[in-house]
Amino acid sequence: MNKEPMFHMSKRESITLGKRIMIYVAAILLALIVCAAVIVGLVHMNPLGVYKAIFDGALGSSRRIWITIRDTLVLLCIAVGLAPAFKMRFWNIGAEGQVLIGGVVSAACMIYLSDKVPNVVLILLMLAGSAIGGLIWGLIPTFFKAHWNTNETLFTLMMNYVAMQVVTFCICFWENPKGSNSVGIINQATQAGWLPSVAGNAYFWNVVIVTILTVAMFIYLKYSKQGYEVAVVGESDSTARYAGINVSKVMLRTMAISGAICGIAGFILVSGSAHTISTSTANGRGFTAIIVAWMAKFNTFIMILIAFGLVFMEKGATQIASQYGLNENASSIMLGIILFFLLGAEFFINYKIERNRK
Amino acid sequence: MGTIIIFIQKAIVQGMGILFGAEGEILTEKSGNLNLGIPGIMYMGGIAGLMGAFFYEKGTENPNAFVGMLISLICAFLCAMLGGLIYSILTITLRANQNVTGLALTTFGTGFGNFFGGSISKLAGGVGQISVSTTASAYQAKIPGLSKIPVIGSIFFSYGFLTYVALLLAILLSFFLFRTRNGLNLRAVGENPGTADAAGINVSKYKYLATCIGAGIAGLGGLYFVMEYSGGTWTDNGFGDRGWLAVALVIFAMWKPINAIWGSILFGALYILYLYIPGLGRSTQEIFKALPYVVTIIVLVFISFRKKKEDQPPEGLGQAYFREER
Repeated sequence: MNKEPMFHMSKRESITLGKRIMIYVAAILLALIVCAAVIVGLVHMNPLGVYKAIFDGALGSSRRIWITIRDTLVLLCIAVGLAPAFKMRFWNIGAEGQVLIGGVVSAACMIYLSDKVPNVVLILLMLAGSAIGGLIWGLIPTFFKAHWNTNETLFTLMMNYVAMQVVTFCICFWENPKGSNSVGIINQATQAGWLPSVAGNAYFWNVVIVTILTVAMFIYLKYSKQGYEVAVVGESDSTARYAGINVSKVMLRTMAISGAICGIAGFILVSGSAHTISTSTANGRGFTAIIVAWMAKFNTFIMILIAFGLVFMEKGATQIASQYGLNENASSIMLGIILFFLLGAEFFINYKIERNRK
Repeated sequence: MGTIIIFIQKAIVQGMGILFGAEGEILTEKSGNLNLGIPGIMYMGGIAGLMGAFFYEKGTENPNAFVGMLISLICAFLCAMLGGLIYSILTITLRANQNVTGLALTTFGTGFGNFFGGSISKLAGGVGQISVSTTASAYQAKIPGLSKIPVIGSIFFSYGFLTYVALLLAILLSFFLFRTRNGLNLRAVGENPGTADAAGINVSKYKYLATCIGAGIAGLGGLYFVMEYSGGTWTDNGFGDRGWLAVALVIFAMWKPINAIWGSILFGALYILYLYIPGLGRSTQEIFKALPYVVTIIVLVFISFRKKKEDQPPEGLGQAYFREER
């Protein structure tokens, strides 16, 4: 009876940056080995060939490099938007919906206003409109959370599907050609409302907008008074209240920012890359971004690395799948495996395991 | 009259897959684990059952429907449990965040299902879509005799056996949770793991078992969809957002399995209502399709208004438990 276990674990007080990085690197290496094993098992490919194909798929040509960058930017933008909400421990699972609503507003502007206002005004209107759309979509659940403590995880989750139906509702009116049940490329001839190419680079403005947001969010969370309030509310509701912080106000303000940035991500998707809208415009990025924001512990610069890493693997896996005529969902499996390992790695960062001494 | 009977029938058919998912999630959430991986787990269960039956039918001369059914049931349950086990290891032992882990599992599971659903026949050296008609016939078999009774037969007895399993399971689950000692312990773990631990209940064991078995049950929902609803074939993303509807149903049922029965039929009805209301334009139909989610939101807001104790989510829902952290 009552045998002492061999090990016991305890919470770490702190951890050095070097150790933290080492743990993550170890997790990623393990994940890559498992991923390669899965791929080798499925398609009998030489394991080294797997890594080469992944690299090729993500960075093999300048076109592929830019697609990888483009997708990284969108994922990063959503994650940056989620950062303040999650830091406040407000479980905004509704990014997918907020992105879609932002995208719908952008598309609506492109369709209805393209021949009424000059292009610059149009794009600014789209930007503002998508931000407001995402903001409203984010504020609805927050209003109920702030006043009646309604569970925000489940509320925001449901809002995603309402947003999807809003999109399909709009597609009924916008479909082009009629009967195709899709919107097609909007303003293909005039390119009105498209973020313009600069020096031949179609994604210049995407880079600019997301970079500004990333840096601004870092400063906001780390150095502003409001960012500090977010952190206090995240630590403990009661502490915040005793310190004289108006918790409802902080909650509403933070989610307004969060929703607006997610809405802007929708704008970037519609105006800056897809030039169309469908229910799969967000394509699960709203969910993946949650994981990015969480892993990076709300540090927006670390998010760049994580977002890039995930998109890199996704593109690579898609490449392998197409080489072998398998379907592209292979990339979700890889993504899942990597995430499992990264999530598991967090344990070793937060806790230490020691051998029990007699 | 005929239309109404068909409507009820179709609503029940739509509802049962969701009901399995909700039953699994109720059991899981009662242990304090909010498993948002349920949609992925349902995909895993569905595809594993399909693959099991596929390899069985491919490997034998004269496949027997009953054996195929057993194999697919076991495969679906085990594979879905595996999904639950991944979630359990990460959230219970390694204390990873539940929401994030669940979402990762959904990404993984959905990809897993669609990947194998689309590639399995190619990987096995064949061409085209897979179809396991023999096994599916066992799932689609209706009760002889009873299903022929007019009206009553069509409404109550015109389904495959999994429908009755789902109903029975809801009753058993309800009995287990609210009438047995182990059920009480489980609820204690979900409400306040610290107190449960102090009372000598093995918190981790309860959480592991509830999450894994819950995942297995949810996996049957995917199997139901693949076998009975689709007749043993796979369509990419054919399962759609029903997994999230299952999560929604748990809230709608206020964490009570019996409520989930009529809730699932109501959700099924809302899901297909747009097909039965004459004169709806395409755009209005799309609005109708959002109904199950809107109704769930209303219920969510309503229970937070009323603050009635019995209707609330388990107190410890979503939080990892670490004994040494008080």
